[in-house]
Amino acid sequence: MSERTLYDKVWDDHTVQELPNGQTQLFVGLHMIHEVTSPQAFGMLEERGYDVAFPDRTYATTDHIVPTEDRSRPLEDEQAETMLSALEGNVEDHGVEFFGLDSGRQGIVHIVGPELGLTQPGMTVVCGDSHTSTHGALGAVGMGIGTSQIRDVFATGCIAADKQDVRSIEVSGTLGEGVYAKDLVLTIIRELGVEGGIGYVYEYGGEAVRDLDIEGRLALCNMSIEGGARAGYVNPDEKTFDYLRGREYAPSDDDWDEAVEYWRSIASDDDAIYDDVVEIEGDGIEPMVTWGTNPGQVVGIGEEIPEPEETNDPRAAREAQDHMDVSPGDTMEGVGVDVVFLGSCTNGRLSDLREAGRVLEGTEVHDDVRALAVPGSQTVRSKAEEEGLDKVFQEAGFEWREPGCSMCIAMNGDSIGDGELCVSSSNRNYVGRQGSESGKTVLSSPATLAASAVRGEVADPREVF
Amino acid sequence: MPEQDTKAVRRVAGTGVPLRGDDIDTDQIVPARFLKEVTFDNMGKYAFYDARRDDDGDMNDHPLNTYTGNVLVVNDNFGCGSSREHAPQALMRWGVEAIVGESFAEIFADNCKSLGIPTVTLGADEVDEIQTLIEDEPDTPLEVDVEKERVVAGETEYNADVTDAQKEALVEGIWDTTALMRSSLDRAKDTYDDLPYTDW
Repeated sequence: MSERTLYDKVWDDHTVQELPNGQTQLFVGLHMIHEVTSPQAFGMLEERGYDVAFPDRTYATTDHIVPTEDRSRPLEDEQAETMLSALEGNVEDHGVEFFGLDSGRQGIVHIVGPELGLTQPGMTVVCGDSHTSTHGALGAVGMGIGTSQIRDVFATGCIAADKQDVRSIEVSGTLGEGVYAKDLVLTIIRELGVEGGIGYVYEYGGEAVRDLDIEGRLALCNMSIEGGARAGYVNPDEKTFDYLRGREYAPSDDDWDEAVEYWRSIASDDDAIYDDVVEIEGDGIEPMVTWGTNPGQVVGIGEEIPEPEETNDPRAAREAQDHMDVSPGDTMEGVGVDVVFLGSCTNGRLSDLREAGRVLEGTEVHDDVRALAVPGSQTVRSKAEEEGLDKVFQEAGFEWREPGCSMCIAMNGDSIGDGELCVSSSNRNYVGRQGSESGKTVLSSPATLAASAVRGEVADPREVF
Repeated sequence: MPEQDTKAVRRVAGTGVPLRGDDIDTDQIVPARFLKEVTFDNMGKYAFYDARRDDDGDMNDHPLNTYTGNVLVVNDNFGCGSSREHAPQALMRWGVEAIVGESFAEIFADNCKSLGIPTVTLGADEVDEIQTLIEDEPDTPLEVDVEKERVVAGETEYNADVTDAQKEALVEGIWDTTALMRSSLDRAKDTYDDLPYTDW
């Protein structure tokens, strides 16, 4: 059969049956769980007397509530200790493999899945976390789900799902020096809106996307949900196969050729039919930063902040500019910075630490700035230390922390103070997101963040290299 | 096979809570610091916790403080952001039984369906009309009819959109899909066996 997208093929291969409610029962190839959204689902499962149907397709780690400094047990925060203990008990009871604090492999779910080779092309991947779209970077279909759906997956290995339309996003050209996947995805969200992807899965393609390495693609797909698209993917190619080869849970040499053959076969056909096609020019994209309180309120670093009336939602823009204390006509470049947070499932990978490190090497964080580097996983952290990046960060004045979601969601004690402005490599600049209702978040790439840390104000990384 | 304990949700009647604003995210609906509980039991008191309070912690004039209805009337892209089911759990436990809006974020709408909460959509002007009507007259009777795909506000009837899956699930009372899919576990195992990667 031809004319099919990767999404069509993955959908067909995982369809168990059509349900009487009109939905499709879709098999789940990889179910990742963490401590915040799974305990209620385990509770529901036990109430009904079910076991976990496919424990071998289920993997757990802990990320949202884990401290990034003192991790001795019991954890100092009693609620966090309760959540972590509950997860430890549940995975033990149900035979689920767990990458815990002492495993050497703990980290943010969307960092751990790809880097261990658990995420593979052609799989359906679900997790009780909206950033599950990340896994699409390897040619998988990753979807965030709620806790009742987690219960479904535990009990049945499946979700009840509605098929979405597919929008092809073709990015032409080449990203310039100092411009990254993060800048590209912020550009896409600005173009298509934070709600533009509702009802769609995004397929990212074109020269600029093919040129991205896998970690860049992970950052790109990660923020699909910020554009309203539950899933986003890149067709698998040689880079994908090279990335996976030799990873702990990737197919072994004996199965490798068969795997690659399958992975090639599930890529979108050349004549695949899309429900919508959007073209974006990659050439002119600047380092991008948010000026507002949602990830679509974005400008180029040297571009003027828009008049509220020029935006599609003037009232929201006005409120956002009030909150952020920025004015139309000004640029974000030069806005004073109190905190920088390098980490998260968007930009907590080794390449992100390297890019920030490249800016920081031989220089120092501004006296007025508190700077945190939080590697996305223990694997990332140890690889970074092998390269001496921990020294680069510490010598520049960053705190070098243990892995977790940290200040992206501020559930673990890492948070910004009232009124503080944080340049963050994370994915959401919602009011209150980083732990203070009056705090302000500016989303950027790791390089822009590092340049801003040095300058003490939002800065263009191209001027600091 | 355990019996399904869900019931049909064909129609929700009551009064409304107008909650204006596009892109209201789940971090606003339940701030992340309240997610550190292993059950949903307390979520009702966390609904819009920060938005409902002023800087001194006193209750402000947020719609959840000033209205008592069971039908939330919202604007565009409601429930965007995090997948936390804590958000609809909080609204449900606060007393929301149905939500009418311009559009809903997908994961949020799915979570609502899992809890038997209809999320039906109307045009922007129609939503504004209903919000204004409730603001002028909070006791205006409001009815969300999932089966007939309509919303009745006072004397006015609106044709609403309900997705097929949601309609089928709610009207037939099969919105809890666990037992339904568990009864086909052998078919799921067949799919598992057919997928090449489960052997690698």
